[in-house]
Amino acid sequence: MAVTSPPSTRAGLGSEPTVSATKGGLAGRLFAGLSTGAGILILLVLAAVAVFLVIEAWPALTASPEELQEISWFKADSLLAYIGPLVFGTLLASILALAIAVPVSVGIALFISHYAPRRLAQGLGYLIDLLAAIPSVVYGLWGALWLLPILNPFFTWLSGTLGFVPLFEGYQAPAKNIMSASIVLAVMILPIITAVSREVFLQTPVLHEEASLALGATRWEMVRMAVLPFGRSGVISASMLGLGRALGETMAVLMVISPGFLYSLFLLKPGQQQTIAANIASKFPEASGLAVSTLIATGLALFVITFVVNMIARWIIARRKDFSGAN
Amino acid sequence: MKLSRFTRAGSAAAVGVLALTLAACSSSTDSGGGADGASSDSTEDLTGTLAGAGASSQEKAVAGWIAGFGDIAPGVTVSYDAVGSGGGREQFLSGATQFAGSDAALKEDELATATDRCFGGEAIEVPLYISPIAVIYNLPGVDTEHLQLSPETLAKIFNREITTWNDPAIAAENEGVELPATAIIPVNRSDESGTTENFTEYLEAASNGAWPHEASGDWPLSGGQSGQGTQGVVDTVTGAEGAIGYADASRAGDLGTVAIKVGEEYVPFSPEAAAKVVDASPRAADATDKRLVVEIDRTTTEAGAYPLVLISYSIACDTYDKAEDAENVKAYLTYVASEEGQARAAEPSVAGSAPISDALRTEVQAALDSITVTS
Amino acid sequence: MTATDLTPTTPAAPDGPGSLHLVPTQRRLPRWAPWAFAAGGVLVAAGILAVAGNPTVAGVLGLGAVLYAVGLTVTSRFVEGARWATDRLATTLVTFAFLLALIPLGSLLWIVVTRGAKLFGATFLSTDMVGVYGDMTSGGIWHAIVGTLLITGAATVISVPIGLLTAIYLVEYGRGALARWITFLVDVMTGIPSIVAGLFAFALFTLIFGPAYRAGIMGAVALSLLMTPVVIRSVEEMLRLVPNELREASLALGVPKWLTIVKVVLRTSIAGIVTGVMLSIARVIGETAPLLLTVGLITQVNWDLFDGRMATLPVFAYRQYEQGGVGIDRAWAAALTLILIVMLLNLIARLVSRLFSPKTAR
Repeated sequence: MAVTSPPSTRAGLGSEPTVSATKGGLAGRLFAGLSTGAGILILLVLAAVAVFLVIEAWPALTASPEELQEISWFKADSLLAYIGPLVFGTLLASILALAIAVPVSVGIALFISHYAPRRLAQGLGYLIDLLAAIPSVVYGLWGALWLLPILNPFFTWLSGTLGFVPLFEGYQAPAKNIMSASIVLAVMILPIITAVSREVFLQTPVLHEEASLALGATRWEMVRMAVLPFGRSGVISASMLGLGRALGETMAVLMVISPGFLYSLFLLKPGQQQTIAANIASKFPEASGLAVSTLIATGLALFVITFVVNMIARWIIARRKDFSGAN
Repeated sequence: MKLSRFTRAGSAAAVGVLALTLAACSSSTDSGGGADGASSDSTEDLTGTLAGAGASSQEKAVAGWIAGFGDIAPGVTVSYDAVGSGGGREQFLSGATQFAGSDAALKEDELATATDRCFGGEAIEVPLYISPIAVIYNLPGVDTEHLQLSPETLAKIFNREITTWNDPAIAAENEGVELPATAIIPVNRSDESGTTENFTEYLEAASNGAWPHEASGDWPLSGGQSGQGTQGVVDTVTGAEGAIGYADASRAGDLGTVAIKVGEEYVPFSPEAAAKVVDASPRAADATDKRLVVEIDRTTTEAGAYPLVLISYSIACDTYDKAEDAENVKAYLTYVASEEGQARAAEPSVAGSAPISDALRTEVQAALDSITVTS
Repeated sequence: MTATDLTPTTPAAPDGPGSLHLVPTQRRLPRWAPWAFAAGGVLVAAGILAVAGNPTVAGVLGLGAVLYAVGLTVTSRFVEGARWATDRLATTLVTFAFLLALIPLGSLLWIVVTRGAKLFGATFLSTDMVGVYGDMTSGGIWHAIVGTLLITGAATVISVPIGLLTAIYLVEYGRGALARWITFLVDVMTGIPSIVAGLFAFALFTLIFGPAYRAGIMGAVALSLLMTPVVIRSVEEMLRLVPNELREASLALGVPKWLTIVKVVLRTSIAGIVTGVMLSIARVIGETAPLLLTVGLITQVNWDLFDGRMATLPVFAYRQYEQGGVGIDRAWAAALTLILIVMLLNLIARLVSRLFSPKTAR
């Protein structure tokens, strides 16, 4: 670890206040050591999870397609052909959810931080935080029992009017399709994106805001020029938190989607796509042996996706760093 | 302010092993107590815990049995984790639980493992939960108690060859019933399940080739509506007019249920009709005195039999290493197999299952009586 | 951060910024214009849909909102000019975003409260499920409340110190490759699917204590795996927002770095940190999949975190839902309880953060 022991002579002299002030002293070193240790622990835990995933997935990774096809639900030609559509479905659901949630979240965060009357703002923030307090099973119940019937006429209308666009073709009631799943996911990740964005927006230096207003900017121009650039990296990392949750969300997707294993962009058709996490939860109870390994291999794929997604996000943030007001 | 270097290093390392120490704080303590004597007549003074896991199909029945067993053996704490048949068998074979519930019998390789798990003994498999599977439909406008469908028509409906409710094939079997032109939405289980396996097995065996797929716990078609678990199917069928699905009969609720064609007549599901087919069915080829595995006769023509049933087995060992386990398992399963236990599960509000016949009970009891402790 | 030296200009004040313009008199819409447009929009929408055939509440409100946004923006464009039209459109969209979020929130709370109220009550909260079967409406969730609190509490005890210290390391100490890797891997960690976290905890504990081992602590470890990255990310974000000037001022006064961190940086950001921790608890307290795998479900209270299965509210709710019938009512009541618990925790956190955080401009 990064803690270097001080020379014994100095330790023998006892610590003067001046020494502890400049070097940080014993307590300082301890504190630094603890923090570094915690950081390293994170690395170790993650390494342990990764190693565990690879070990458990190994039998499936090395099995021949014939062996895999003995699993009742394994109908693909190879492991890759099985994981591929799942990866596609996971990404599709998460990206749709993000596309719905991020603009709305930023809007809500702005409303609370800069639009709502200040006396109301805190209460409203609390209201949105409440959404985060609702467990995923409840979202599943809500999605399956309340949202699906509500979406039915809307989807019927959408499919009827815009049915010539392949995206919206072939709707079939009830609304158990990837669009519904994405909407539920969007609602689920809304509070976490909103909460972080709101905190960041509230930290915009007041001087920046007042300077732009003093120059005659409208409220929107102030927001665009002072608040959004300041909060951009915060919003991006908030979205990443949301994306992380969307990618790994299990129960809610499980309860609102009619799964399928296709590379399909039909958003309203049932039985087209499935996400990795929901697939694991659905298949795991009845799985044994090689089937478990196959499911864990899909979990490994999810792990890799998060890796790649985060790499891209990191790259975006690094590119935008110059514009960010945060230190 | 003068800490020794040792303490410092120790504290820094403390964080690093936090998770480990937390884990190490605990140790599973197996209470070795329990009666050594083999007086199995009185269940009053049995003590200990009895863990089971397995099929979710049995869950409601098991809840009833646990409550009933609690009345006669208040000292035993029974738990049942409805993790699914596969998970239940796996947990049982790994020694995590003392008994399992499974919609399928142990497979060949599992039987080999079972010998190790049972301390050199043999696995016991008894069919203690027999439940009819209902074909449920959502057609509010149709005023008949049961729509009548033959296995062939059912197979074509679920294979998406018959796509509207007023199809001539359906109309021919339901004379006098006004059928709407609504599109048929077939709904299947999206998870692997014993219900699907039994349903596809029935379609394959009874539909005279109209069902081109093999029997499987996983639904063979893709691109349609489906639901997770029994409740998921029920919710999906409830959610759309024209939907048809299959589910444990006790969960049909307000939905319409199909009377299936057996021989020349149409039979709606009932516990009696389900029990009838089990008694009329032969045993599996590899069944033994302790493994009472039934090969359900899906093509039976016996009057009043309902061949679309699911059998869920209770799996246990004939040998345990602890007297407590052996006695508790024996006492619990004996209660489950008893007339009282079967009657409790048969109540419509509990599980609506079919009570096993007296003949089968005698065989089950003989198997259960063989449960002993390693010497 | 004091806003008192400057007289705050309300941006929407009709003639404030307008006076800076070259045009001597800036034409603005009257204050009541948005309300008028809102009422008009809804009325016209109702009219259109009534003619078209089926006016539903959702349809009228949806179409009305579109009409309002278009009508107000276009009118403003002609009366006030492009810049103010954009401003009005932005205000409209931001407000709509908020109202849109109230739909799921409102419906969720309404459905949970109305359906949960059926069984919810003192008896439901204080009894367990021993001896309950069939369509009996007795029984309750005391065992599940205990389990959820114990497991989530244990997960918090594991995650918060590690998360807090890691965030401090990343913001205050971390330089170079190690810090970059940790930041990156924390991001990856947020993406661990909950069910995989459950599998990991399951494998870890069964490896050490044998296959039969089931205990609440397994669930706690799985949950802490999900919770720690959320704690790190939100705490890190809050720490980064503490102005460097504060740190420099403190260090310049001769305060050691660690004391600066504890007394200045953490004090300044405590409100955000507590909110972050609360969000992370909320994130995991309703987690079902990993608990389904590790701690299972029993019908009575188990106080021992280190031995035996435990009941938890989310698993209880899911299982009861799967059983149908009375179970669905129980699931809603359990969900209601879960939400109430989190709201209670939130209230406590708010109180705590208000007590500890230094007074700021906002």
